Amino acid sequence: MNKKQRRMLVRIVLAASLLVLLFFLPVTGPLRFALYLVPYLTVGYDILIRAAKGIRNRQMFDENFLMAVATLGALALAVCDELTGREGDYLEAIAVMLFYQVGELFQSCAVGRSRRNISALMDIRPDTANLEQDGNLVSVDPAGVPAGSIIVVRPGEKIPIDSVIIEGSSSLDTSALTGESAPRGAGVGDEAVSGCVNLTHVLRMRTIREFGESTVSKILDLVENASSQKSRSENFISRFARVYTPVVCCSALALAILPPLIRPLFMGLSPNWGDWLYRALTFLVISCPCALVISIPLTFFAGIGGASREGVLVKGSNFLEMLSEADCVAFDKTGTLTQGVFEVVAVHPEKNPLRGPGVPDETALLHLAAHVERYSTHPIANSLRKAYPNEADGCIVEDVEELAGLGVRARVNGRLICVGNSAFMDSAGAAWHPCTRAGTIIHIAIDGEYAGHIVISDVMKPHAKEAIAALKKAGVKRAVMLTGDSAAAAAQAAEELGLEEFCAELLPADKVAKVEELLKENAGRGGRVAFVGDGINDAPVLSRADVGIAMGAMGSDAAVEAADVVLMDDDPLKIAKAIRISRRCLGIVRQNIIFSIGVKLACLALGALGIANMWLAVFADVGVMILAVLNAVRALFTI
Amino acid sequence: MKKTYKIDVDCANCANKMEEAARKTPGVRDAAVNFMTLKMTVEFEDGQDPAAVMQAVLGNCKKVEDDCEIFL
Repeated sequence: MNKKQRRMLVRIVLAASLLVLLFFLPVTGPLRFALYLVPYLTVGYDILIRAAKGIRNRQMFDENFLMAVATLGALALAVCDELTGREGDYLEAIAVMLFYQVGELFQSCAVGRSRRNISALMDIRPDTANLEQDGNLVSVDPAGVPAGSIIVVRPGEKIPIDSVIIEGSSSLDTSALTGESAPRGAGVGDEAVSGCVNLTHVLRMRTIREFGESTVSKILDLVENASSQKSRSENFISRFARVYTPVVCCSALALAILPPLIRPLFMGLSPNWGDWLYRALTFLVISCPCALVISIPLTFFAGIGGASREGVLVKGSNFLEMLSEADCVAFDKTGTLTQGVFEVVAVHPEKNPLRGPGVPDETALLHLAAHVERYSTHPIANSLRKAYPNEADGCIVEDVEELAGLGVRARVNGRLICVGNSAFMDSAGAAWHPCTRAGTIIHIAIDGEYAGHIVISDVMKPHAKEAIAALKKAGVKRAVMLTGDSAAAAAQAAEELGLEEFCAELLPADKVAKVEELLKENAGRGGRVAFVGDGINDAPVLSRADVGIAMGAMGSDAAVEAADVVLMDDDPLKIAKAIRISRRCLGIVRQNIIFSIGVKLACLALGALGIANMWLAVFADVGVMILAVLNAVRALFTI
Repeated sequence: MKKTYKIDVDCANCANKMEEAARKTPGVRDAAVNFMTLKMTVEFEDGQDPAAVMQAVLGNCKKVEDDCEIFL
């Protein structure tokens, strides 16, 4: 509680105890009125002052004004009772003011608490960096550390800047960034992003970026600028509040004046001014839109906070809303469903029984290919060398020649080895044949004779298949894979993943067109189209789709920037989780809207009929607000 | 041009009112107030001096909600 809140609490407690005291005090007449005014003013003086200021600024319908009119009116009615000889009920007006203030205090505490909770949740900002300077460690502000500096991170400290480990190995807790609770091992040469917590051993690291360019700064930037775009529900509520209060106030006025005029004229009844005035005042108490107005943004805020704890960054409450309506998800393949790392998946040596001995087996074929690709930096060469570790053995590799668009030729132990695509085989005069496996096929010829081929393919992410199944389970009707890869590779991946639909050989522009097609097909049904991608080429598609979801850890900056939702650990399983979180959050939003509007309308009706008194009206206002706020905070806890 | 300012206000409805008041201020193309993060994002019209416009915004906000603050 801050100072303001503590002072309010003191005022409430003071007024409440005074009320209890006065209740048992046997005083009557003007003295009783004067004594009751003390707790009333204690708890409500600021409301009265603000109401006066509101009138001066011509802000008639603000809640201070409403509360002031309602309670002063109730006091006036009590005074009238008192004057006509009955005992006036001052307690009611004071209690209404008291409960109103209790509600305000509760709301202010709840909001303050969730603000603090969520900012603590997102507090991944490192305070200092231990910079190595002339052999000494100096604790400095990470913002002033240039790229290429040497820093030391002790166990328990956060890595302040994106760096590469140059000494030591340790476990890293990445949960603040990814929501992944299992620690990750890291050793010399590994890159560690800022925001991770070093768990076990001291690490010496060389920074590879400046603080402002580091992961942690970028994420904080995203989070801090999130939620400036409002959801439809929020806009609905603020529009509703703008209309609701004046309408209820006018009804209150009508209720106070019309029935007492109509009753004697047309029905021959007594006007009963006091009774109708009381009903009108009850209206005013209910007319405050607080419960509605606070609970909706609070729910979204808590929902976004809960999602970010799971490693899902949502850039605004409108995107959370759209995500909850997503029923069609389109995927990019490479880097999204697959790891984007090429690996040797099959080695097919040519088994020709007519050729006798000397035909290489699988290892020998890999061995030759790795030798030839020794100096190449092509990703395919990397994967070939990775598949055959310890490539640098005693073999003599000479005359290496890289032929662009074809492959590499070299002499290994005196024999001419060609490694490359089918066109290269044709030019070398080797009788190659296609492979049944999908992927990139690397053919190998020895001295012009075809020796077999190696299949290199992208590897599925471990959770890719479950992710598709989870999406289906979460109610996503359509899942489509959009890829620039060959049709064969796409078909194989789709089958492996259990995807029915895919479009292959798409250029980035084609992907946009395809997503637009999906948007059009979906437009009639009211569902939203989400697109999940990671590369620079996905950025236009990400911004075109209703909801763009980017892979944050491996994704390009352009993709992360263009996206509306960022998955911090690149796990496609999180897509379904994000949808579930958003649905739950929107469920709570709907509950709150229906519950608070429903209770208020019911109490208005009861108030008009004279069944509900001011006590019930205060419940309709404060009670509903407290319940709605408690319900909203539930969104923070994800399932 | 878009700028974000820190604000202080006690109730969510007051935040909505501030947003409306800011929107209606001359020189402001659009404004959004986020009550949960206590931030006001103002998009200025071209050729406007943000400092001068923000003074007007603050005045208008004070009119609709006396108990508010924008940290300029």
